[in-house]
Amino acid sequence: MSDQPSVSPKVSCKGVDVFYGDQQVIHNVSMDIADRAVTAFIGPSGCGKSTFLRCINRMNDTIEGARVEGLVEIDGENVNAQGIDPVTIRSRVGMVFQKPNPFPKSIYDNVAYGPRIHGLVRDQMDLDEIVERSLVRAGLWDEVSDRLDSPGTSLSSGQQQRLCIARAIAVGPEIILMDEPCSALDPIATARIEALIDDLRQRFCIVVITHSMQQAARVSQTTAFFHDGRLIEHGETEMIFTNPADTRTQDYITGRFG
Amino acid sequence: MLDVLAMIEVSWLAFVSSAMILCFAFLVGRRFSVQLPDQRIAVSQPNENGAYLAMWTVAPTLLLFALYFMFGEPLVRFLLASDLPTGFERLTSVERQQYVDRAGQALGLETIPSGADPIFHAVVDRYRALRGLAKGTVLCLSLFLSGSMFLYQLRKLSGGVRARAQVEGGIRLLLLLCAAIAIATTIGIVMSLFYESLRFFAVTPVTEFLFGTRWNAQTGSEFGALPLFFGTVMIAIIAICVAAPIGLFVAIYLAEYAGHRTRAIVKPALEVLAGIPTVVYGFFALIIVAPAVRAVALRMNDMLMALPFIDEPVLAAQPTNALAAGLVMGLMIIPYVSSLSDDVISAVPQRLRDGAYAMGATPSEAIKDIVLPTAFPGIAAALLLAISRAIGETMIVVMAAGQRAQFSLDPTSDLTTITAQIVSLLVGDSAFDSQRTLSAFALGLVLFLVTLFFNLIALRVVGRYRVRYE
Ligand SMILES: Nc1ncnc2c1ncn2[C@@H]1O[C@H](COP(=O)(O)OP(=O)(O)O)[C@@H](O)[C@H]1O
Ligand SMILES: [Mg+2]
Repeated sequence: MSDQPSVSPKVSCKGVDVFYGDQQVIHNVSMDIADRAVTAFIGPSGCGKSTFLRCINRMNDTIEGARVEGLVEIDGENVNAQGIDPVTIRSRVGMVFQKPNPFPKSIYDNVAYGPRIHGLVRDQMDLDEIVERSLVRAGLWDEVSDRLDSPGTSLSSGQQQRLCIARAIAVGPEIILMDEPCSALDPIATARIEALIDDLRQRFCIVVITHSMQQAARVSQTTAFFHDGRLIEHGETEMIFTNPADTRTQDYITGRFG
Repeated sequence: MLDVLAMIEVSWLAFVSSAMILCFAFLVGRRFSVQLPDQRIAVSQPNENGAYLAMWTVAPTLLLFALYFMFGEPLVRFLLASDLPTGFERLTSVERQQYVDRAGQALGLETIPSGADPIFHAVVDRYRALRGLAKGTVLCLSLFLSGSMFLYQLRKLSGGVRARAQVEGGIRLLLLLCAAIAIATTIGIVMSLFYESLRFFAVTPVTEFLFGTRWNAQTGSEFGALPLFFGTVMIAIIAICVAAPIGLFVAIYLAEYAGHRTRAIVKPALEVLAGIPTVVYGFFALIIVAPAVRAVALRMNDMLMALPFIDEPVLAAQPTNALAAGLVMGLMIIPYVSSLSDDVISAVPQRLRDGAYAMGATPSEAIKDIVLPTAFPGIAAALLLAISRAIGETMIVVMAAGQRAQFSLDPTSDLTTITAQIVSLLVGDSAFDSQRTLSAFALGLVLFLVTLFFNLIALRVVGRYRVRYE
């Protein structure tokens, strides 16, 4: 179904099924996700976007009763293969959540958390540099450089979300997953995050779940439409929005359901 | 008739008459309301009308009996004492009171003791008659007042009074009354603690009590409570050293690792642990743990004495000892630590855990770095509550810690605590106002203040923590 034949995809999924207990919520999804591009997942609530996203960094492991079948590959390597540690997968795949969730620590320690637990730094100078670089990339440095010691929770929610992005990119991931990163933010903070996503596209493979059609159109190059646990349509964003192949896609993006 | 009434327990009288009035008025009120003129929206439901009528009708009866409880018997005695047969004028009022007392006691008996003179008989009869009269008056008066109230409220009901709102008010009053009883009791206990303690401190200076190092209340009169404080703290520390790590690990396991099924078994099991009567723990400490501690201590003494430079026993190895009491008390308070810690750990928002996992943290890293620091205030509060429970615990120390008030850092020696001393001071006969008995109140006051302090801090911490994460 992919239409990026020229370069090999960053993430490649084949026949993915996900079950919560006996209930199957993802049915046979196959999809390639391109590197250095933004892919948007759209679809009505409960259609399985978050569940599918969590297959990529094995976050479904943390949910009691969840079971993933099928193939999920990053750079051709099966993330569910025996002997693969989810911890290493997650250090390569950053994640940003719907509600900003900075740790109850200082701004500095929030960003330094990943490098510390993964042993990425040799000394304090290294760490200082990583923290600064991540905050600069997340567009937060200018606002917080003079108060790195104050708690992360003292920031506004838009700043908190950018802090979470800085925290995710501090470990040098290749992929960043964002599950409705702007749904708890006001329009101005949303615009800043969108600009940031567009900026980060130069270096990362980014997947964004969004409920805003405008947002999907603004930030993504590729869009995937999910419905009822199935991938209905997947292609260039412009194509999906101007000329969808499936009537369900058309109905959804014109607001007739969902 | 009045004689019979005199012998009926007044609480019975109050109970039976108010129950009858209540039922009667309720049934009438219910039925009455059905006959209200038809309205689109009923002002009140039948049950509410019944409750309204019942509540108003029973109020005067309850009030009158409450008055009788407080003033009835004293009034009867006063009348009797002021109206004794001729010849009693030369007695002092105290002697007359004593005579009335004896008549009152005779009244409670089936037959008046033989050898009593006819005057005494007459006084007893008079007592009985007066008492019967008093009860009869209360009964008649209450019937009359309740009856009038009944008729009056019945008329208001037919006028369409808002019974619903008034019943609500009545329920509020009832609840308020119950709360007031609880608070008044607490205040009463605290007041009496203070009052008796003041009497104690009038003889023994506060400084001597708080900082004196010799306690010998049983035989002598040395009231330096420092050794008791020492013993209390020592045993509480042993207990918390057992309960804090185990309780916390249990809580972490339950909140973070255990599946539904394990949780469903372990949680109730812990609650059972919390429900075991402390005397059973004390029994366990005395019969099993204390001898075991002693045996181990004796072995260690032997081993140490085999060394060249030690030639007398190092450990006291007493048959009752602080270690046994502390260990068992630690077991006892594990549920206090684990249950509250489990709650606060579970209350840490899931999104923080998700954040940690998504960063590539392992479960134990997520717990160590994110969950426990977030839950720390609540865990500290749980520990404080457990400590205050340990300080106030009595039965285990009474049975297994010993009776000697001494300073000893050797956990195998016998120690005594504030609570254990209070028990041994108050059992057995001694005049209520002896300094020995009063010292128990002073100890109780100290105990009360210390545990109150711990509990207040713990509650404040928990409260602030709740505000932060909800
Ligand atoms: N932890 C879970 N346990 C059981 N069912 C779940 C769980 N999480 C999600 N689901 C179910 O899976 C389906 C997909 O959910 P989700 O992936 O969150 O949808 P979306 O993100 O598209 O709104 C929903 O029907 C939801 O009820
Ligand atoms: Mg979702």
